[in-house]
Amino acid sequence: MTLVDTRTPNPDYFIAGATGDWEMVVGLEVHAQVTSQSKLFSGSSTRFGEPPNNNVSFVDAAMPGMLPVINEECVRQAVRTGLGLKAKINKRSLFDRKNYFYPDLPQGYQISQFKDPIVGEGEVHLDMGDKVGEVTIGIERLHLEQDAGKSIHDQHPNMSFVDLNRSGVALMEIVSKPDIRSAAEARAYITKLRTILRYLGTCDGNMEQGSLRADINVSVRKPGGEFGTRCEIKNVNSVRFAGQAIEYEARRQIDILEDGGKVIQQTRLFDPKTGETRSMRSKEEAHDYRYFPDPDLLPLEFDDAFIAELAKDLPELPDEKQARLVAEYGITKYDASVLVASRVSADFYESVARGRDGKLSANWVINDLFGRLAKEGLDVRSSPVDADQLGGIIDLILNGEISGKIAKELFEIVWSEGGDPAQIVEKRGMKQVSDTGAIEKIVDEIIAANPEQVGKVKDKPSMVGWFVGQVMKASQGKANPQAVNKILKEKLGL
Amino acid sequence: MSVDTDTVKRIGHLARIKVDEQDLASLADELNTILGFVEQLNEVDVEGVVPMTSVIPMTQPLRPDVVNDGGYASKIVTNAPLSEDNFFMVPKVVE
Repeated sequence: MTLVDTRTPNPDYFIAGATGDWEMVVGLEVHAQVTSQSKLFSGSSTRFGEPPNNNVSFVDAAMPGMLPVINEECVRQAVRTGLGLKAKINKRSLFDRKNYFYPDLPQGYQISQFKDPIVGEGEVHLDMGDKVGEVTIGIERLHLEQDAGKSIHDQHPNMSFVDLNRSGVALMEIVSKPDIRSAAEARAYITKLRTILRYLGTCDGNMEQGSLRADINVSVRKPGGEFGTRCEIKNVNSVRFAGQAIEYEARRQIDILEDGGKVIQQTRLFDPKTGETRSMRSKEEAHDYRYFPDPDLLPLEFDDAFIAELAKDLPELPDEKQARLVAEYGITKYDASVLVASRVSADFYESVARGRDGKLSANWVINDLFGRLAKEGLDVRSSPVDADQLGGIIDLILNGEISGKIAKELFEIVWSEGGDPAQIVEKRGMKQVSDTGAIEKIVDEIIAANPEQVGKVKDKPSMVGWFVGQVMKASQGKANPQAVNKILKEKLGL
Repeated sequence: MSVDTDTVKRIGHLARIKVDEQDLASLADELNTILGFVEQLNEVDVEGVVPMTSVIPMTQPLRPDVVNDGGYASKIVTNAPLSEDNFFMVPKVVE
């Protein structure tokens, strides 16, 4: 891979050192578990959390004479992902053996794609806020490969336990170009990639279960200078850890260089407990993988019709959805970005906003509903208030039947008790009073009871707010605030 | 292309094959004979020829995404020198 610098150095990203500013250069290899029922080359299950070695066939355990046969759905998933990354799809790709020894790799090699991957160059767009704007991160390639098994080291004083349930599960390795220039961009990239994969349904993106892991390449240089020597941080399994690992590693390399030392290319591990990275010495000499074409597997070939069929059923992706929400509902780009973070939240919003006020709907969905869900640790799917109910509340506001303040109370009632918002309002007498006669009566009472304040308000018109408050209180929040304001001003002669 | 004794030692190690020091030289000779034999292929002009991957013209067969294997953990570990709860047990490997 030839390294091309596509970015203009951004001073906001510079890291101050003793000898001046530094800039980090980051590239990511994300391993995403392909969503499929069975493994890449065998018919055993991919289900998570099964008893040890239950999801293992003789193929996965690499018993002699067993031959791999590729899973067509995994091929489709890789192509879908490639299409979602606006990438070049290679109609002919090859499988190679990557040779190394480890107890959780029974074959003694991983079947992967080296020279001819199934997907070539693509791109991911990041919105880095007003200051930096949109950033394009290039995708170098995506290839299919087998996952390894799992070793457990804490069950026995001098033995490791090996479970091959993951062995042979299909992974997509998605390799970015070295286009990332800050920990924030790396976090945004992983998050965006995960969102795209989830939209496509090609990977569940569950980092806790290991469905998405990242190897992070970090190097530092003087801003805009030659690329430096990189270190690779292996197997980072959370967005937050990725950010921490990058910050630590960049600083470590700067300190070495500023002390007159040299960065040694090596593989490192991130320790979440200390927030530091450390060298993984044992991997160093094993780096010679002696790739060669897997003689058990013919080239993987498909035609344009196969790709077209998959392209036809591709869902609307986050970037397009965001643009459409802005255009169709008149909401801000920022609100749209919050809504498209997941397909379910975008769908929820659209069910609420359709035929109603887009902006008001966005406020309610994002601030009131999502805010409340986050506080309670709930997902949109398990929201106690559904789209119809929230839409009902918004209808009542738009019809002028309830005030914004009452709407919040109504939301609380629907949240905890459920029910139809319109009926609740009717039954509990929560309707806004727009009847000027009724409001006038309250205003008269308040004025009569507070002659002192009436005297003061003539000199200090801003005190009208106090009167509005009193009227709202006396009406239990049901008086229409615009009507109250208007009547008060007339009566007080303001 | 030819190999020296250091390369022989290295590829032996990478393949986890124990090679005695006194055998290195003769192994290097053997390997160089093989490599020399294969090098004759370089005499053929293959410019523009697509590498042949199979003697019969066929592409990779595809398998439907169905779970129809596995579920026999005790069979999987049956030949393991040591196992517990259907885990393989191996000498401790820790990073």
